[in-house]
Amino acid sequence: MNNVYFWEGNVACAEGALIAGCKFFAGYPITPQSEILDRLAFRMPEVGGIFLQMEDELAAINSVIGASWAGAKAMTATSGPGFSLMQEGIGYAIMTETPCVIVNVQRAGPSTGQATRCAQGDFMQARWGRHGDQMLIVLAPNSPQEMFDLTIDAFNLAEEYRTPVILLSDEFIAHMQERVEVPSKVNLISRRKLKDISEAPFGGSLIPPIASLGDDFNILVTGSTHDEYGYRKTADPIVHDRLVRRLMNKILLNADKIKRVEMQNLDNADIGIVSYGGTSRSVYEASDLANEKGIIIGHVRLKTLWPPPEKEIKALAERVKVIIVPEMSLGQLSLEVERIVEGKAEVILLSKIGGLPITPHEILSKIFEVLR
Amino acid sequence: MILKHFARKYLREEVLPSTFCPGCGLGIIINCFLKAVEELGYSNLNDFIFCSGIGCTAWIPSPHFKADSIHTLHGRAVAVAFGVKMVRPEHHVVVFGGDGDIAGIGIGHLIHAAKRNLEIVVIMANNFTYAMTGGQLSPTTPFESLTLTSPYGNIEKPLDVVKVIDAAGASFAARWTTYHIIPLIRTIKTAIKKNGFSFIEVVSQCPTIYGRRAGFKSAYDMLKYFKEHSVPIEKAKNMSDEELKDKFVVGIFVDREKLGFTSLYKQVINKARVKL
Amino acid sequence: MSELDKVFVDEKLCKGCGICINICPYHVFTVKDELKGIVTPIGQDKCTQCGICEIYCPDFAIAIVPKKGM
Repeated sequence: MNNVYFWEGNVACAEGALIAGCKFFAGYPITPQSEILDRLAFRMPEVGGIFLQMEDELAAINSVIGASWAGAKAMTATSGPGFSLMQEGIGYAIMTETPCVIVNVQRAGPSTGQATRCAQGDFMQARWGRHGDQMLIVLAPNSPQEMFDLTIDAFNLAEEYRTPVILLSDEFIAHMQERVEVPSKVNLISRRKLKDISEAPFGGSLIPPIASLGDDFNILVTGSTHDEYGYRKTADPIVHDRLVRRLMNKILLNADKIKRVEMQNLDNADIGIVSYGGTSRSVYEASDLANEKGIIIGHVRLKTLWPPPEKEIKALAERVKVIIVPEMSLGQLSLEVERIVEGKAEVILLSKIGGLPITPHEILSKIFEVLR
Repeated sequence: MILKHFARKYLREEVLPSTFCPGCGLGIIINCFLKAVEELGYSNLNDFIFCSGIGCTAWIPSPHFKADSIHTLHGRAVAVAFGVKMVRPEHHVVVFGGDGDIAGIGIGHLIHAAKRNLEIVVIMANNFTYAMTGGQLSPTTPFESLTLTSPYGNIEKPLDVVKVIDAAGASFAARWTTYHIIPLIRTIKTAIKKNGFSFIEVVSQCPTIYGRRAGFKSAYDMLKYFKEHSVPIEKAKNMSDEELKDKFVVGIFVDREKLGFTSLYKQVINKARVKL
Repeated sequence: MSELDKVFVDEKLCKGCGICINICPYHVFTVKDELKGIVTPIGQDKCTQCGICEIYCPDFAIAIVPKKGM
């Protein structure tokens, strides 16, 4: 029997982490993610896990990295400015192939911006926020239910692909209260452990098995360029090329398995929309309203933002002349959609900032404007 | 028969000779640490996990020690050690770092780990400079000293990191120099056994970068200088600031019995479970 | 290498910093290779096996035969 709760998104995320087997959480208070922190402060000791409020976000992400290497499923949560502070640590986690989950509840920036208001301005930062070539997985929920489901998913993907996974939520979803169904049984993936050092914990296969600190394999973990056994080889161009390409490829070559995407009315669409997160909720209603007027919206809603579900976006572009991209930023997702559709459809940005949601009627008027 | 240096049973043969400059104090710190480990009866480093950041000192455990080690970002070794220790409380978690790594970019984490009395050992090699980047001003660079970034003399008074640790409320803090091998070995043994945050500053010679610019002719010259300019803490208590101006006060500064963070956290778990 | 030898220097590891030459109270060490500065023990008979050179050697190059009964 599934249990049903009435949870806000942040609480659903915290509970999802516990179900996923998260045994270490370190965070720092910041609006609008603080309820994740508050919930886990209370709940984590109940399951024998570790909750730490750290001195800053740098400490939070780095202690998560330490905990993950010591063998625990580990997570941190933050918003805007805190996410910026964590970027160096996330880069380290990518380079060292550290499974961990980073929740970023988006708020309006730049800088302190509108601390309590919603935005979708971290789409590109989640992908490109660090120095150096790299790839990681970014998921975006659009309901408290998905805050729960995708948090579990994020842990599974982190363990399977040995990578940090970002759950890119936003203030609407984080503070939205809805029905959340907690299944009695959840499929969990555990990290593939190293059996012998000859298996090469930093190479040898696309996703190498991992050894924990304390397992006595004498492992060397380093964020510097390293060979497949962890030895620093910072001056070796071949080692660097091989390592960085593998880190990219282990995500890119598995993009089809990583992708989670929702598609509505693609076959007979008059116009297309690509959206994610809080904004997609307005698209649902706009779609119903448009239907009443005899207009069919082909909607591709991204749950996996990075790597982006290119085939689905391309398929939409094959069927419609225009794709509207509503987003609470001055144009980030729209740039990626433009890149993917390669001119096969016109991409029109519907952007709104300031903290208020893009309403279904605003989407509708944009559609009328375009179709006229 | 070829007799090997005692430390080599704890070191990865394939990375020797070390990458450290001739006469570098870090090798002496390695010897003192491993002598303490040997005297405590450990025949290998399986009971230890090492964390380090960026800088010459960070290379002590990674890759030299035949042990599990994590070489982290600049300044973040103590934060990473926090996560490691909480998940593996049965292991000795030891952080090695330089003055720039530990007391410059990483001092926030250091103070908070000391305040929480997390049961880890932090060994800070103080060579007064950022040696790996060529010799810039560090938080511990002596007053009026010439470095690449204080070409007209350092106008900042150096930070007394041991005092900071004392104020933060940690269990244990000490300072020695690489000249003081016997008390340093003894102090490291105490620190490893301590159930609380233990901090050891080791004033260490950097003959290549700092020493050369400061006018020292050799590594031994610097060791001799450390010997002649060290004052035991008991004696220093009766000396004026003027008398202590160019001196290193050495000894055990803090040794208090108090519960460590992992023990306190176990109490949190117990409270949460009673409630259920 | 004689059976009576008490101190060994691994020439592959010695970087010639000279700390041991100066620190040894019995002047057991001297420079063998002027160019590389590599050190060799010349006073085996003078060595008391106190072991401080082993700790002061930053390059793990010196080894001392442990004193009997230790």
